[in-house]
Amino acid sequence: MMNPFNPSISTPSGIWNPLVWILVFLLSLLIAYVIYLKGEKQRKKGMQEEIFLSGNKADGNTHIKASNIGWGYLEAMKGYYKLMRDIHTGIINDYVGWFLGVLATMLLIFLFWGGVR
Amino acid sequence: MSVWDFIITNAPALAIAVPLLGAFLTPLIYRAGRKTALIWVLSVLGFTEFLALLLVYLVNTYGIQVYVFGGNPSTLAIPPDSGGIPIRIIFTVDGMSAFTALISSTIGLVAGIYSVASEKGRGAQDKFFALLLLLVVGMMGMALTGDLFNFFVFLEINSLSAAALVSYRIHGGKAVEAAFKYAVVSSIGALMILFAIAILYGEYDALNMAMIAERMYQTGFSAMDMIAMALIVVTLAMKCGAVPMHYWVPDGYGEAPGEISAMIMVASQASLYGLFRMCFTVFGLSANTHSLGWFLIILGLLSMFIGVTMAFLQHDIKRLMAYHSVSQTGYMLLGVGVGLATLGTSAFNQYGLFAMEGGIFHILNNMLYKGLLFLTAGAIIYRVGTSDLNKMGGLAHTMKFTAIFYLIGALAIAGIPPFNGFVSKLMIYESVYQLNPFLAVVAAIVSMLTLASFLKVFHSAFMGPKLYNVKEVPKSMLIAMGILSFFIVLFGIFPNIAMTYLVAPAAHALADPVGYITRVLGGGA
Amino acid sequence: MIFNAPFISVMILIIFGLYAMVFRRNLIKVVIGLDIVESAVNLFIVSLGYVKNGIAPIYTNSPGGAMVLPTPQALTLTSIVIGVATSAMLLSFCILIYRYYGTLDTRKVRRLRE
Repeated sequence: MMNPFNPSISTPSGIWNPLVWILVFLLSLLIAYVIYLKGEKQRKKGMQEEIFLSGNKADGNTHIKASNIGWGYLEAMKGYYKLMRDIHTGIINDYVGWFLGVLATMLLIFLFWGGVR
Repeated sequence: MSVWDFIITNAPALAIAVPLLGAFLTPLIYRAGRKTALIWVLSVLGFTEFLALLLVYLVNTYGIQVYVFGGNPSTLAIPPDSGGIPIRIIFTVDGMSAFTALISSTIGLVAGIYSVASEKGRGAQDKFFALLLLLVVGMMGMALTGDLFNFFVFLEINSLSAAALVSYRIHGGKAVEAAFKYAVVSSIGALMILFAIAILYGEYDALNMAMIAERMYQTGFSAMDMIAMALIVVTLAMKCGAVPMHYWVPDGYGEAPGEISAMIMVASQASLYGLFRMCFTVFGLSANTHSLGWFLIILGLLSMFIGVTMAFLQHDIKRLMAYHSVSQTGYMLLGVGVGLATLGTSAFNQYGLFAMEGGIFHILNNMLYKGLLFLTAGAIIYRVGTSDLNKMGGLAHTMKFTAIFYLIGALAIAGIPPFNGFVSKLMIYESVYQLNPFLAVVAAIVSMLTLASFLKVFHSAFMGPKLYNVKEVPKSMLIAMGILSFFIVLFGIFPNIAMTYLVAPAAHALADPVGYITRVLGGGA
Repeated sequence: MIFNAPFISVMILIIFGLYAMVFRRNLIKVVIGLDIVESAVNLFIVSLGYVKNGIAPIYTNSPGGAMVLPTPQALTLTSIVIGVATSAMLLSFCILIYRYYGTLDTRKVRRLRE
């Protein structure tokens, strides 16, 4: 029978208990706070506290638009995204065509890769 | 017979009848004023939710429920003069059906509460609420029925009302375009399913799923069965938005109103239920489940990866979330596909069943956090008036609760503990890597990209300088989002509640087609 | 052979309908293709229940002889009703799309791209 106060789930290679996780999380927060308290008291004022964005000094009101976020990732994956944009045509005929294509593939899979168990 | 006995005896039928009747009475009652109609709609949805909970309780306590329309008593699946054939329309409710019915009615109730405020002041609301109830009917019917033709009818109710709801706000013709595409692909898919049902009917002279499975097992898996299986499986995979047949998903989800996106997302999970039901119960005994399982796994991998990478590219908040539902559907296909591929071998008990539990748990979690995210997107659009992320910024200054709810949903979908998404993802990772480590690697990468793109949305919509001077959204929308957030946190911290009462019975019911068949064909008593 | 004629025409009709859906560049023609597929499926269901020299299954005091199977006819009737609803909805979508976009060309009706 289920015990509501022991929410652990045993997985094939371990166990997951959210309450233990929360305890460890709080403990690590505490440790982080202790380390923070032990920090350097004589830190310098100036450059360290200023905000920079890609090497440029930014005031608190700079906002990055959504299309500019992840530019490096999108640039690196340019070829893949070009292919994907070409596939996503938005034409209704293609939607039906892909459906029929997968249908044919499924039939071929079952013809050549085993039908009856 | 008291009212209580009547409800318990007829719960499967009432779960369809109540919202169906409610849907057709809504336009009439709307004549008496919006407030009356809203009370009516919400009480109908609430009662449906109660019936779904009752079904879950009945299935967990007494096993599979069989309800025969026109039977006397209502559990008489095979009348003595029928020659051993279940001739009537039969609703068969096992753990998986009750699970799907519960998530369908829950999202219906939440969307109903949400639309009290979000649809205020818009035209043709009587039809809107009628269609909303019909969509609930479609989902519940698909989940509960044990009859193939009935399944087709509810699938069509589902797609027609969903397409009509997508086009509800015309939005310069764009919503109509999305609804047209959605309706065309759903209709051709439904026709293919009807064709397959006709093939099976011509071959086995039955429409009942259990009867067809039984006769197919006895006569062996023929070439016609293979065609029927391909038609049904591919169509239902298309209806649940698996890559490469997902193109209607971003169109449909992206243009619908926020609460309707959440509902259509669950409607496609009902198709996913149909897919699993067909794979396991109808074809599971006769077909080669190993290659069928691998078909689902490959679809799942493609859905996860292409869904999440396409999502990162989007700058329309709803479209971005729609691509994420494609990717989340991939997790479910992966989990249950691994279960199907190992069905009947010793590996099934080692990790296959656990993978299935993970996949099914993910359906529940996806309903909660994806529904929540769609609702927050709807709340943003409600206040800002645009869905373009490039034009947003600084909404967290004033819409504090929406920001918090969004953050809960985003962390849950990215699989950050202690929210619920982590539990099901952990279950999927730990079990699928035993079949092939590559599967778990892809799943983990997809999870990271999910977090990245939701951080992108959080940054561009909520952070930064105050661009809009907007108020927090009305209370009913906050209540709707709050309900879903509550369950996200609850199932995150106490996953064993969902596991014991919902997920494990569902997985065991799916994995046991023989039990389903004998329950129906054994007279249903 | 002659009794396979309905099934052969079903296949031909389905192929025609799918061809129209995949290769015709007009929204109305796509809907027409869908309706052709639907008629083909309906024909398939009805011809499944046909019995040679059978009579219509509507008599209480039947004049004797074999009856045609009633279940496929009931299924077809349901499917026709659903098909009418689908076509009506799709065509009304076409009207709205034409009103807002000024075209019915599928290559131009894609403002939702990406």
